This record gives sequence, C-alpha cells and structure tokens, in this order.
Amino acid sequence: MTKANINKKKKKGFLYNIKEYRALILMALPGAIWFIFFFYIPVFANVVAFKDFHISPDGFIQSLKESAWVGFDNFKFLFASNDAWLITRNTLAYNIVFLAMNLLFAITFAIIMSELRNKKAVKVYHTMSLLPYFLSWVVISYFVYAFLSPDKGILNQWITGNGGTAINWYADPKWWPLIFVVMNVWKSLGYNSIIYYASVMGIDPTYYEAAMVDGANKWQQIKNITIPQILPMMSVLLILNIGGIFRADFGMFYNVPRNSGALYEVTAVLDTYIYNGLTATSDIGMTAAAGLYQSAVGACLLLLANLIVRKLDPDSSLF
Amino acid sequence: MKKEKISSVNVRSFNTTANTIFNIVIALFAISCVIPFIFVIIISLTSENSLASNGYSFFPKEISTSAYTYLFSGTMSTKILRALGVTVFVTVFGTIVNATLTSLYAYVISRSNFPYKKFFTVFALITMLFTPGMVANYLVMTNLLHLKDTIWALILPSALGPFNILVMRTFFIKTIPDSIIESAKIDGATELKIFRSIVLPLAVPGIATISLFAALGYWNDWFNALLYVQNDNLVPLQYLLIKIQNNLEYLSSNSGMSAQLEGGLAALPSESARMAIVVISTLPIVLTYPFFQKYFVGGLTIGGVKE
Repeated sequence: MTKANINKKKKKGFLYNIKEYRALILMALPGAIWFIFFFYIPVFANVVAFKDFHISPDGFIQSLKESAWVGFDNFKFLFASNDAWLITRNTLAYNIVFLAMNLLFAITFAIIMSELRNKKAVKVYHTMSLLPYFLSWVVISYFVYAFLSPDKGILNQWITGNGGTAINWYADPKWWPLIFVVMNVWKSLGYNSIIYYASVMGIDPTYYEAAMVDGANKWQQIKNITIPQILPMMSVLLILNIGGIFRADFGMFYNVPRNSGALYEVTAVLDTYIYNGLTATSDIGMTAAAGLYQSAVGACLLLLANLIVRKLDPDSSLF
Repeated sequence: MKKEKISSVNVRSFNTTANTIFNIVIALFAISCVIPFIFVIIISLTSENSLASNGYSFFPKEISTSAYTYLFSGTMSTKILRALGVTVFVTVFGTIVNATLTSLYAYVISRSNFPYKKFFTVFALITMLFTPGMVANYLVMTNLLHLKDTIWALILPSALGPFNILVMRTFFIKTIPDSIIESAKIDGATELKIFRSIVLPLAVPGIATISLFAALGYWNDWFNALLYVQNDNLVPLQYLLIKIQNNLEYLSSNSGMSAQLEGGLAALPSESARMAIVVISTLPIVLTYPFFQKYFVGGLTIGGVKE
C-alpha cells in the first residue's frame, strides 16, 4: 500500500469504518457479548463488596439499588476475623511452594528428558506423565482415596503390615501440606515441562558442540548454556504464575481432602473460603469482599511482576 | 594430544551410567502417573466381599464385574445413564459453541487491516489480567441471567476463553496470508463468504486443536454444576462423583444416627461401583488421549508464543 493510500484511509471517519467493516464487527459480536456478560458485568457486580447486599425478588438491578452502601465495612469485618489471616497465609504459602517446586521439577524434568539417549522412550515418558493433567481433581480425589482410605487404603495396609499403627489421613492435618505439594507437582509436571522441553530442544546444538570442544562436562553445559537459554521462558511463565498466586486451585483443595472439617486449618484457602461463604452463609457482601480482595491483589501482583521483569529484561516481559 | 571426536549423537546425551539412572528415575515417575488409574480399574473389578475383607489391593482375591452390571442395569442405571447423557450433550454442544465463538472472534482480530482490531484484542485480553471472582459470577449467573438449574449454566460459562482466542489468532495469522483475502475481495466475495469458503477450510487443524481444549474442559467440568445445578436431571458424571462423596461424608460424620446410616448407605453405590463410575467418567479421555496429545502439545506451544 502506498503512503497516499494510508493517508486517505486515516481520514475516513468512525461511521464510515462501521459501515465498511460491519461484517467483521458482526462476526466479533457474539464473542464480545459473551465477554460483556461473563466478564465485564461480573467485574462491576463486585460493587456488592461495598454494599450490605440483600437479594430482592425484583431482580439483580433492583437488589443492587435497594442494598445500602456500607463503604469498607465488609472488608473490615473480613480482616477482623481470624479466617482472613489463615486463608491468606495458606493461599500464599501453598502457592509460593507450588511455584518453586513446579519450576524446579519442570526444568529438571525437561533438561533430563532432553539429554536422554533413547528418544522413543522419551516420547513414552512424556505421554504417560502428561496424563494426570487431563483428569479432573474429582477423579484424582478418588485416586488419592484408594491410597489414603483409613481402613482400606493401600498406604495404611502397608503401614499396619509392617507393624505400624494406621494413620487416619483425613483427620490428621499434619500430613496435608505434604500431600498437596506432592499432588500438585504430580498432576502438573508433565504439562509444565512441555514448554521447557520445547525450548531446550530449540537451543542451537552448535553451542553444545563448541562447549564440548572446550572440554565442558555435562553439568557445565547445563549451567552455562541450557539454563541461560531458557531464562526468558522462565520469566514469562513466572509472571503468569505470580498473577495467580492469590488464586488457589479450588479443585484440589475442595475435592482431595473430601471436605474434612478436621483439616480446616491446613486446607482453608481463599477460594474454598469464598465458596463456603457463598453457599453456607447469607453474608454475600463479606464473601464478595473476600473475592474482590483476591482479584485485586492478584491483578496488582501480576502487573508488578511484569514491571520488574520489564526493568530487568525488556524482551522477556509479557506486555 | 588425542583429538576427541564429537558427533551430533554426543550432543545432548548423558554418559551411559547417568543415562541409565535418569531413565529409571523418569520411568518411575511416568509409571506413577498411570498406576492410580489402573488401580481404580482393578478396584472396580474387585468383588465387595474381597474389598470388605482385604481392602483395596492390586491383586484382588476375587474378581467380579457386578459393579458394572449394577451401574448399567440396577437401581443406579437411570442416574448413571442420565449423568452420562448430560456430560456427552454438554461436551458436544458446548464444544461446538466454543469453537464457533472462538474462531469468529479470533479471525476478526487476526485481520491486519481491520481498524478496530486493537480494540477487540484488548477487550478480550483484559480478561486474562483480572478475574471477576466467584461471587460476582454467581450473582450475575443466577440473579441477572437466571441460568440456575438450566443446561446453559453448564455450557455458557466456558463458552469462550482468551487463551483459545490467542491460539486461534496466532493460527490464522500464520496460515492465512493477507493476499488471499485481498484477492477474494477483488473477486467480489463478501466477508462472510471469505470466512466460510476460504478461511475455515484452511483453519481446520487449528479449530480441531481448540475444540480439543474445549471438549476436555467440558468433559471434566464439575465446578459449574457444583455452583449452579440442584436439579437431579442435570447432574453430569463428575458432579455425580462429588455428590456421592459428599453424601458419604455426611453420613459418616453423623454416625450417631445409625439407623439412618444403614438406610443412607444402602442408597449409595458400593465401593466398587463408586470406582466404576470413576472409570466410566475417565475412560473416554484415557482411550482417546494418545491421539489428541500431539495436537494438544502443538496448541500449547502456539499459545505460549507471545506477540
């Protein structure tokens, strides 16, 4: 396109564009409407966090109008309760450990796979280790139960078979942080390592050849070539994950411990707290406050992490 | 000094000892990913007597298919078949809706000369930064859209997603050159005709990939059912498993009411039947998984590439 053409196009107005591109706009419309109803309106529905919300029979708009503004009272109640500290601590602690473990294991796994000699075996390993990612936490909670069931589970059978006393797993909080970490790594390792594996395999082999000529051993090659080369990928994925650090995996925390009340102090996270608030109590305002707290802090963390990475290495940031 | 020969085989490979050790480590992990599923199949095929006396075992004393006959011909069969029907319908219909919305939207924002491309792109991508939260979604779904206890509550919340849009947009940009669209326009084709007869046929592999993501999501979905479904006729398989488990928890935590416990447990499927439902709700994924894994990985790496 010539320069004159571009200039001519720019002069055309909004109405002209709407008419000229009406077909394309119409094609995007169903999706745009979906985003309005399932994202933009719900985002604004978060105002209930600042209201003493009661559902009115005359519909949502009327309920919003009738409910009185209470400012930050819902947040005050939330943070005054013991729960706020517990669920924030649990959510953050679990997610930080998950993040570190997932990064460590996924990269180790990807690098080992890339160095294994038999590529056919690597394919089989990949296929097998990716399977848990495709199963839901509901199904996996039954898998876990087959191992941890107090009377029939294979683990207690083994313990008692070796002369120990059976552990009532679903009533003993001390094991659950470990169980969650193991389950989280187990389910997502195959998936997490795919992108790292692809980027390790994408590294130019001449780097390694040069290093080998210089006498670098395997460990030196990994430390000085592989890891620096996948660093940009690591930072992008890290930013994405930091944005979710306030979002607990509801599926895991809700399904795997089988709703056991005895485990509350180690299984309560923001998402399960919000779900329980939504279904069990009528205090929608405070539950919404917890939800907004989660979303807002999550979005801030994401933006902050992106800002830091952009300062350190502009090419690796997300936006 | 003796020259060491370096061949491409030596690049990226451990020495023999390390290779053996790491092969064993990785193989053990890979096996651990498949074993639980096999274990659940074995439990579902174990007789109730054997379960009661020996607990769960990899090598059951007595094998029985009674769990499956109970599920498909006993009192439980209407429940199971209905749940299976709901799951299949939601998966098929939801996937069609998702693929349609996604490809239309992604195509529009992939068109380089569309003046509002940037607006529509940002409009979709903002949704990746922030989540409205469970409460807000719940209020809109139930009080504004009145979708509680309808089949739409299982379909619409997952009908579109920014990640699939990104995958599809990248796919369109890569496979459909501007010149094809330009020349079709010169020949007088309308936008809709261009989309239908030029773009769609070229985009089949991409659409297959995102359909796969969508189908998996719908098949495995239990969260929407947990929030929005109370009607027994709309319970999908995954949610049925949750309900069975919750009923068990409820009954065993109120074990003081032993009379009720007896009655309640009788209404619940037996241990092996519960595991059989797990098998039924997982089997389609496990059976088709080796075929779709390739596409899934392809889509994932496309989606992972940033602009």
